[in-house]
Amino acid sequence: MSDAIKINKGIEEAVQDLLKSLLEKDKIKGVFTLRKMDDLGAVAYSLFTNADELKNALPLYPFMPVNAGKVLSDFTLQGATQEPVAAVLRPCEIRAFIELVKRTQGDLENILLISSTCGGVYPLKILKGNDQKSRQAQYWESVKKEDIDPELRETCRMCEDFIPHNADMVIAAAGIEDMDTQCTIYLNTQKGKEFASDVPGSKTSEELEGGKIEELKTKRQEQKAKIFEQFEKEQMGLKSLVKMFAPCLGCHGCSHVCPICYCTLCEFDSKTCEYRPTSIESELKLKGGLKVPPGNIYFHLGRMSHMAVSCVSCGMCSDVCPVNIPVATVFSRVGAPLQEVFEYIPGRDLEEAVPSGTYKEQEFMESGK
Amino acid sequence: MNMNDTYMPTIIGFLCNWCSYTGADLAGTARMKIPASLRVVRVMCSGRIDPLFVLKGFLKGADGIMMMGCHPGDCHYQKGNYNARRRFVMLQNIFESLGLEKERIGLWWVSASEAPKYAQVTKEFAEKVKELGPNPLREEIFL
Repeated sequence: MSDAIKINKGIEEAVQDLLKSLLEKDKIKGVFTLRKMDDLGAVAYSLFTNADELKNALPLYPFMPVNAGKVLSDFTLQGATQEPVAAVLRPCEIRAFIELVKRTQGDLENILLISSTCGGVYPLKILKGNDQKSRQAQYWESVKKEDIDPELRETCRMCEDFIPHNADMVIAAAGIEDMDTQCTIYLNTQKGKEFASDVPGSKTSEELEGGKIEELKTKRQEQKAKIFEQFEKEQMGLKSLVKMFAPCLGCHGCSHVCPICYCTLCEFDSKTCEYRPTSIESELKLKGGLKVPPGNIYFHLGRMSHMAVSCVSCGMCSDVCPVNIPVATVFSRVGAPLQEVFEYIPGRDLEEAVPSGTYKEQEFMESGK
Repeated sequence: MNMNDTYMPTIIGFLCNWCSYTGADLAGTARMKIPASLRVVRVMCSGRIDPLFVLKGFLKGADGIMMMGCHPGDCHYQKGNYNARRRFVMLQNIFESLGLEKERIGLWWVSASEAPKYAQVTKEFAEKVKELGPNPLREEIFL
């Protein structure tokens, strides 16, 4: 059982009320969430300091223009924000942020993390259009019923970690049938309770996990098994790997949007990976041919070896890929057994060290001979 | 002519300066027989072996890649070989997930005095790789 507040309003309105009241009562100085940019569905993460502006906020809008963990890291790179800020993020965005904090790329203090039991997001490719209203309705209908909308991001369809780790407040969304009339917000941490001490709504005590949430988890697990099985059938082995990455343009967009790829000087963007005329010549002599731009598989495998163990499966990489390579699915598939070996869930716990940065003396004894 | 008689697998060895490289040196001065197609790259510590080194060698068509370092607990820098071991485990795991030949990479602990072990493991690995045959990536030009 955990403390919760109940607001007798529709979910979207209730969240707006909560944010507004926090801002008006001066508990926080800013709100970080999605903001409506036009009437066709464009949104962008924004900081609000004015309570009246909040009417344009869309905290639960089912699109992820950028992994907000990355943005929060930009805000807090040099230390905590001076004033308390509430941030409404998706569970994977919080996990990405925690991973970045572990890598000293951000600061959790002074940030009130608000999240929801996540129903997933749509790919950005279908963001703009005149059918946004009906899409919204379709989205919330599927969230209520816990159906898995086949149009969602592939990583969302198979996400098991839709209950936020480390969030101070959790908005109950997935599987809530009566979300149009009332909204429950769970207070998971001391910080959350303090901030919520005088917000509108009645205080209760309820159980977040259980029945319906478990059902959704099972559904997502089934989906995951199916997607992975399909992947193994089609993409395993050298030949398929070469085929899958063949259309890669080498734009490195996937690494630029990746919240875990935080290095300012990426090896793959550096001179070491640039092909000089001499190396082109030697490659041609050696192999008798050269793909241009070269080194795409090296880039993807290399990136995998560096960050797949911390991959939060947010799906940004697949979303930005201009040639539709299922990057996120590959990374999730590779990341899953890797995380299992180290019993690691990225972003679960701030105290857990990143597997690639730590070791135990007595482990993998059979690996070195 | 049987191809197997002439085929010499190309093997790259990343050897740590303090143990394995010195061990290899000792094997040399003791005139032990080492596979001729083993190309040794000296690194200051097995912990310096970025998975990218191995991947690059593998993708450029090396038939086998050996990582060698001091025995656990004996690292000149205290913990480099523990890090190397984790990286090796990760790399193997990734190879397995993608259906690549993980048998082509290996990790050994060879100390400065273990010249016979060095000679033996390099010979054994060369034989194993010879059995696996040439790395199919040699034929894949347009990677």
